[in-house]
Amino acid sequence: MRYAMAMDTRKCVGCSDCVVACQTENNVPLGFCRDWIVEAVKGTYPETVQMHFKSERCMHCENTPCVRTCPTGASHVIEGGIVKVTHNECIGCGACIEACPYDARYVHPEGYIDKCTFCDHRIAQGMNTACVDVCPTSCLIFGDLDDPKSPVSMALKENDWYVLAPEAGTKPQLYFLK
Amino acid sequence: MEEIINVSGKMIPHVSPHLEIWGTVIALYLFFGGLAAGLIFFANFFYLKGKEDSMPMTVKVASMIAPIIIIIGLMLLVYDLHHWMYFWQLFLHVRMESPMSWGAWTLSIIMIPAILWPLHYLEDIIEYLQERNPKCKFTGLLIWANNLIKKLPVLPWVMKIFRNNRRVIAYLTIYLSIILGVYTGILLSAFNARPLWNSAILGPLFLTSGVSTAAALIMWLSNDPAERKMYSKIDLLLIAVELFFIIHLFMGMLSGGVAQVEAAQLFLGGPFTATFWVLIVGMGLVIPAILEILELSGYHIPIGIPAFLILLGGLIFRFVMVYGGQASSFNIL
Repeated sequence: MRYAMAMDTRKCVGCSDCVVACQTENNVPLGFCRDWIVEAVKGTYPETVQMHFKSERCMHCENTPCVRTCPTGASHVIEGGIVKVTHNECIGCGACIEACPYDARYVHPEGYIDKCTFCDHRIAQGMNTACVDVCPTSCLIFGDLDDPKSPVSMALKENDWYVLAPEAGTKPQLYFLK
Repeated sequence: MEEIINVSGKMIPHVSPHLEIWGTVIALYLFFGGLAAGLIFFANFFYLKGKEDSMPMTVKVASMIAPIIIIIGLMLLVYDLHHWMYFWQLFLHVRMESPMSWGAWTLSIIMIPAILWPLHYLEDIIEYLQERNPKCKFTGLLIWANNLIKKLPVLPWVMKIFRNNRRVIAYLTIYLSIILGVYTGILLSAFNARPLWNSAILGPLFLTSGVSTAAALIMWLSNDPAERKMYSKIDLLLIAVELFFIIHLFMGMLSGGVAQVEAAQLFLGGPFTATFWVLIVGMGLVIPAILEILELSGYHIPIGIPAFLILLGGLIFRFVMVYGGQASSFNIL
């Protein structure tokens, strides 16, 4: 099993529903977020100006620098390649935050390091992640890459895609369709 | 030219838009770690060279500082943990891939010889201090401590073992001190995500810088002209090695990928340029080197000036590296 997410940059309207859905579902404290919207504007006015949005979160990389640098093993990979943090093992040293090229982690006000969990409590019950379910344009696609019939495998087969900072060598599992 | 403007909606304290998870406390921790490594290295090195009695400041007195600053360093480390109530988790796990784990274990292990070393020289230290300044109140504290140790049950027995195996312990401690010194650099260089830090030369550079600050401190504290002169020479050599490493750091980064070239630009025209070249290289390395050359060629220079400049330069170097590294990243927008 290898969970992954595809994000269709052509469909996203940047409404931030995924951000709010995640904050609500996972009780993310005020002023923090586990996923976020990036807005890219191309060209110089009045020449062709394009705008597209990306919904980003932890990439649940295959090669995990955050897990490697964790001094206590609090950061770990569970089945399906999901990267999680055990709260009462985390000492809050910040090494994983420094190690993450995508700045996907933050310090929870209670002291431990927090991040996206791919809503593992929801997918254990056969549901999608909160951000995927709430997306009004269906631009987020979640599934198992090892299953060739899963929505995410199909999306990656049918579309051209890219990942962020592939040169960091982390093999991120959040694919952007273009 | 096509232009792309990226705007991130992420606003998280200490992470976005500016990463500042580590700051002053970590910079101080790295400084104290390097300084302690240097002090322990010199004490053991000159002991093995048989300079126990001719260089009392190096082998005996200055070694008292090492355990104190290691304890301060460990306290700073724990203070910087956001979930510090769980700090003991560090000592339940040995994680070979994590430099933070290496550091916690190295610091804890080196604590043992670092504390025992000055303790078993305590009588010599008291004698030295009384000779140098009979009115010093600190000596009274040491005498009290010395009497206390004699009354304790296990410690004299531990000291006896320590005394009988001093050479072996000195050899082991030298290795440990080098690991500690290199670790202060490796802690930063293990992060691929921060291109400025991700250079193999950072370990040796931090070790050299740490040992050079220790040499400056011993030189400053010593009152023996021969000892001072030798540390002037050692410092000159270490400054030369440091400059060589700094040049290589930039050569490596400028011939690296885009992210590393951009990281190097932070110091070559970017926001850290003046601090780095004027305060660290100029004030912390070149000026003390010139002063020491003048001193060695016969001019009278108050020893405190180059020593202080080297220590201050070493401290600023760590601050700049900690903050500069967090300002460098891959282009992820």
